Amino acid sequence: MKVAVLALQGAFVEHEQRLRRLGVETFLVRKLEDWRQAKDGLIIPGGESTAMLRIMKDGGLLLPIRKEIEGGLPVFGTCAGMIVLAREVDGEGRERLATMDIRVRRNAYGRQLGSFHAEAPVEGIGEGVPMTFIRAPYITDVGEGVEVLAELDGHIVAARQGRQLVTSFHPELDADLRIHRFFIHMMKA
Amino acid sequence: MTERQTLNRQLAQMLKGGVIMDVTSPEQARIAEEAGACAVMALERIPADIRAAGGVSRMSDPKMIRGIQEAVSIPVMAKCRIGHFVEAQILEAIEIDYIDESEVLSPADDVYHIDKNRFEVPFVCGAKDLGEALRRIAEGATMIRTKGEPGTGDVIQAVRHMRMMQGEMRRLTSLGADELYEAAKQLHVPLDLVQYVHDNGKLPVVNFAAGGVATPADAALMMQLGAEGVFVGSGIFKSGDPAKRAQAIVKAVTNYRDPKVLAELSEDLGEAMVGINEQEIQLLMAERGK
Repeated sequence: MKVAVLALQGAFVEHEQRLRRLGVETFLVRKLEDWRQAKDGLIIPGGESTAMLRIMKDGGLLLPIRKEIEGGLPVFGTCAGMIVLAREVDGEGRERLATMDIRVRRNAYGRQLGSFHAEAPVEGIGEGVPMTFIRAPYITDVGEGVEVLAELDGHIVAARQGRQLVTSFHPELDADLRIHRFFIHMMKA
Repeated sequence: MTERQTLNRQLAQMLKGGVIMDVTSPEQARIAEEAGACAVMALERIPADIRAAGGVSRMSDPKMIRGIQEAVSIPVMAKCRIGHFVEAQILEAIEIDYIDESEVLSPADDVYHIDKNRFEVPFVCGAKDLGEALRRIAEGATMIRTKGEPGTGDVIQAVRHMRMMQGEMRRLTSLGADELYEAAKQLHVPLDLVQYVHDNGKLPVVNFAAGGVATPADAALMMQLGAEGVFVGSGIFKSGDPAKRAQAIVKAVTNYRDPKVLAELSEDLGEAMVGINEQEIQLLMAERGK
């Protein structure tokens, strides 16, 4: 099993480290040639979505990645990755992958002073999952076929649609590997 | 370490592989964001103009910083003077995302840096060598950058500081456990930080390059030397075509090991900032605050 990790900007190394700890091979995607390698899944890490989208668009990555996700490639987006995958983002018309039927609010908890750590149950994963929110977004609306996996204070912070998985928080920053393991299961299914 | 400090270190992790750009207006901030900056540094004058103007240089007008906070969705940073903890309190009150306790401004205290552990808001600090970096981390900095020599467009000092830090870290990793006490003594830093570097071969916080970066090649050079991201000050908005140069530097940081991509990115950028050579500078800002 081999997973592509989008490495345009942000915390991609942290995802790589966790996947390797689970015995999964990874490779980094910076440009179109990297993307053309065979893969069983894709991870879009945390970072700044505006930076990632600028590089993705100019590098001709947006359409090929969208096509493979629409063709059933499993994808996991954390924080900025969730924004990149969202069909709609409040107050922002920027072109995105837009493959997942969710509406997202960026910086929903405010600036850095609003960043926080919590623990909450996640559907299909278990109790007490650590959640690190860094200038995080949350989901304000979901379409049909989207399964809500976790809510915190009434806001959706994790969801799944078919083979697409998103979290507002950063499992790549915590030692708990359950969410990465869950994604590996999704890839095998 | 407090949970707040952990969260502040983690924000810096999200900035990795990115470019933080100095901006002096909401328009410039929007140009930077569109070009793919991962954060902006809001200040009234960019370092080249601070250097040219001379005189005492202070924290920017909070109203001007707010204007930039409203203009963009990416993190907004701002500078306070070394040791000026009230400027830092003011920046915290307007919910800045990161404070740069910066040698680019005139130092307010020639002995003490700010006790950054007492703040909720994160701090980035400059360092010329490993000792400085670890002292700033002990004071509560959650991100480090080289000091470079701001406003010159000459990358030599950023290179020197990065090489110095990386070399000292490599040396520490090769020491025996019984030699670390003496290393901590020589570096004038706490033993636990020396132990961390010895065990991990890196700083416990993210380490960026800053000072004199003017071209995509400069940015890629700093990345290959071990920087985890790059600050660009005067290099963008003092150049002929800021939007294009900003985009090129962003992509150079992503593709820093790919000379073919770097060659394309270096084409037709217009005029780079003129710059000043190291030997021509009257005022060495990097010597402020050790």
